[in-house]
Amino acid sequence: MTLDERLENVAVIGAAGKMGSGIAVLISQEMAIQKLKPENKDKIYRLNLIDVSERALDGLRSYLRAQILKRAEKSTVLLREIYKERKDLIENGEIINEFVNDTYELLNFSTDIELVKDASLVFEAIFENEEIKIKVLKQLKELCKKDTLFLSNTSSIPISYLDEKAGLDGRIIGYHFYNPPVIQRLVEVIAAKATTEELKNIASELGKRLRKKLVSSNDISGFIGNGHFSRDGLYALNEVERLKEKYGYHGAIYIMNKVSQEYLIRPMGIFQLIDYVGVDIFECLLRVMRTHLGDECLISELIDKMVNNKILGGQYPSGAQKDGFLKYEKNRPAGVYNVVKGKYYMFDEDWKAGIDKEINPTNEKFVPWRALLMDAKKVDKLKTHFDNLKNMNTFGSELALDFLKETKAIADNLLVDGVADSADDINAVLMNGFFWIYGPINNYI
Amino acid sequence: MSYFRKKIYACAGFNTIALGTGRKEFRPKKPRPGIEHYIKEAGLGSINQIKNPENIDEGVIGNFMAARFCRQGNLGGFFPMVHPTFQYKPCIRVEGACDSGGLALVTAIKTILADLADVVLCIGFEIQNSVKAIYGADYLAGAGWYSGDRKEGHAYFFPDQFSQRAGACFEKFGKEKVRAGMAQWYVNAIENARKNPKAQEYHNKNSDLMTTGLTPPNPKVFCEHINVFDCSKVSDAASALIFASEEGLKKIEVDKNDAVEVLAYAQVQDNLTTPPPDFTKLSTCQIAAKRAYKRAGLTPNDLSVLDVHDCFTIAGVLAVEAAGFADYGEGADFIKEGNTKSDGKIPTNTTGGLIGYGHPTGASGVRQAVDVVHQLSEKAGDCQVKIHPDKPYGMMSSMGGNDKTVVAMIFKKIE
Repeated sequence: MTLDERLENVAVIGAAGKMGSGIAVLISQEMAIQKLKPENKDKIYRLNLIDVSERALDGLRSYLRAQILKRAEKSTVLLREIYKERKDLIENGEIINEFVNDTYELLNFSTDIELVKDASLVFEAIFENEEIKIKVLKQLKELCKKDTLFLSNTSSIPISYLDEKAGLDGRIIGYHFYNPPVIQRLVEVIAAKATTEELKNIASELGKRLRKKLVSSNDISGFIGNGHFSRDGLYALNEVERLKEKYGYHGAIYIMNKVSQEYLIRPMGIFQLIDYVGVDIFECLLRVMRTHLGDECLISELIDKMVNNKILGGQYPSGAQKDGFLKYEKNRPAGVYNVVKGKYYMFDEDWKAGIDKEINPTNEKFVPWRALLMDAKKVDKLKTHFDNLKNMNTFGSELALDFLKETKAIADNLLVDGVADSADDINAVLMNGFFWIYGPINNYI
Repeated sequence: MSYFRKKIYACAGFNTIALGTGRKEFRPKKPRPGIEHYIKEAGLGSINQIKNPENIDEGVIGNFMAARFCRQGNLGGFFPMVHPTFQYKPCIRVEGACDSGGLALVTAIKTILADLADVVLCIGFEIQNSVKAIYGADYLAGAGWYSGDRKEGHAYFFPDQFSQRAGACFEKFGKEKVRAGMAQWYVNAIENARKNPKAQEYHNKNSDLMTTGLTPPNPKVFCEHINVFDCSKVSDAASALIFASEEGLKKIEVDKNDAVEVLAYAQVQDNLTTPPPDFTKLSTCQIAAKRAYKRAGLTPNDLSVLDVHDCFTIAGVLAVEAAGFADYGEGADFIKEGNTKSDGKIPTNTTGGLIGYGHPTGASGVRQAVDVVHQLSEKAGDCQVKIHPDKPYGMMSSMGGNDKTVVAMIFKKIE
């Protein structure tokens, strides 16, 4: 079966989740474009969106309607071409509206997993829990046709393991979108040992259709993205344990977050990123990797305590950030958690000024990530920035340079361990999936 | 012998800030000032510069698409809200797409020439940020022929019309040369806007404007031959200017030195339902300029300042040719050589033009007249250019649609 044939009937399992809903937006638009081709006018297209609760599906409906509209507005040049024979549709507004309706008509929302029975492509995007994933994949195998292909959005569980446990005989591939899938260009592709050539080709062609940047990762738990992120986060967590003696947990977290964002010029600080991903997801990530890699170092007492205290981060259905290591007001950090005291310390200007003075006594100003993002001369400017850091000899610059070295060491190890085939792949994942403006393997150190 | 049967003066010009992307205070998702605010700010901005506002006889407002952008018609009805002097006096709204402002100017002048008024307040106004650009493109496409051309047209209808003009010029005169002229036009527009605190690009800090101007087009999401920087801005703004007879100036106690004389204008209409005769020139603009020069008894060499309708950089390039400053096909080089910069041979769009100040469509014609009047009366602030004693003239040319509706107007400094 070709990709076009497979796109006639697709299912997303876990469709109401953060990743599933994004995948649903991308696939629905591609399916609608297929459906509207003159040669396909007699075919029936269905995207089956399956999740466990009706309430979650309601949220999914609103999200999809808004996202499909938004993407249609951005694709109007193409849509005018698609509808050129429709004499009744003249203005952009009419064409956009028609496309939203045409897309919406191919969607099936349900809590009934049996709807997958006719699907030729199934995206699995359920919670990152391997027992549940295996159970669901087994169930899908029973319900689906013999040639249905499965794309798993797991971010850490080895695909060969899922393949063997669910008995899919190579009809599964790792297809790891980044959050949020409608915006992030990166998809990590992970072939299991037995993944069929057909599925590899389908996955690659689909990536082109969705205009995603595909990076292959080898099938080792965590893959490239989380293989790096988990250890990067763990380094920061361990630094917090070291710094907490002097600054308390809340001070140490504030420092490491600030250093990683401002000194390393990243889009957000490391603890804001862990909050964004979800503290519980991060814990789960470490656990999965610890199990599959047998590496007992992949553990953090602090993370476990946070999860115990139910300080989990993540997002509200509206997209607003929930409190985690940091407390948020209007999606901006406004306080920081102290796990021993079990409470947030709101940022107080005097307190911040006191700590800032310790890490940055010379009151150096750094160019923000956003300013460099589109800067044609960012490579040179980054070089100047890191050269400055080296001459600064402040507490903050030392923390930053150590972090920069560690980040590179983590990436180097991904090469040594055979997770990634090249430094370029690692840099591509961090730059496209995490919006860094430079890769971890660089000449800035 | 002068073209008009009596002298006409323009004075008390006022422009609001052009609000939209680029301005620091612009917050797309927050509520913004509406029609009432803009019309009032501009109207009072003019009225506050004169005495005895009870002597204003009429109001004329130019606007293109408030019916769609703001769901509001009957705009003449806002004059009595601006000032009680307008209560029960004649007020009218005129429309001619992006030349609505130009038509407002000539409507005001005609009323005075007809001896029906001595003082007329002329306002131009548009709000465009009320919808996303992709829907705004629909509304603005109303400047073209809806039932004839819209269906076959591009999502961004007007940008594409001028992209086609750019393409035709690339082919005929050489891509590199025309492209360089367009990019230089962009650079000049932003540099001038940085001197104009009301301009939408006033806050622009880009240190490499030429590279930005040369950004390669992306036909997948926009147009084939132009980039987004080649386009004028989506703007909310209003402008106002008072026209008066000799008698009228006395009534509102405006000193002649604070006014500028209107020497002549040409209002020219082309058929909306036929394609432009030649994509490599602005034929209608050229006819308008020639007539205006003839009526004023002047040539391009007599002007100290020029303001043209640069809805796109290529329109700016072609408008300079149409105004008689460069030969056919030579506009790009003329601009590239710096002749249209504020210290060049003919300072053009000295306050930023439609690309730098912004393009609140229905207001633009009035805004252009206000800025030429300010230049000739030496009130242009940091944008002021040298008005040569032997060349006390300035011209504005505004355009609606794809070179369909044009007003060219020549002003003279009073000595």
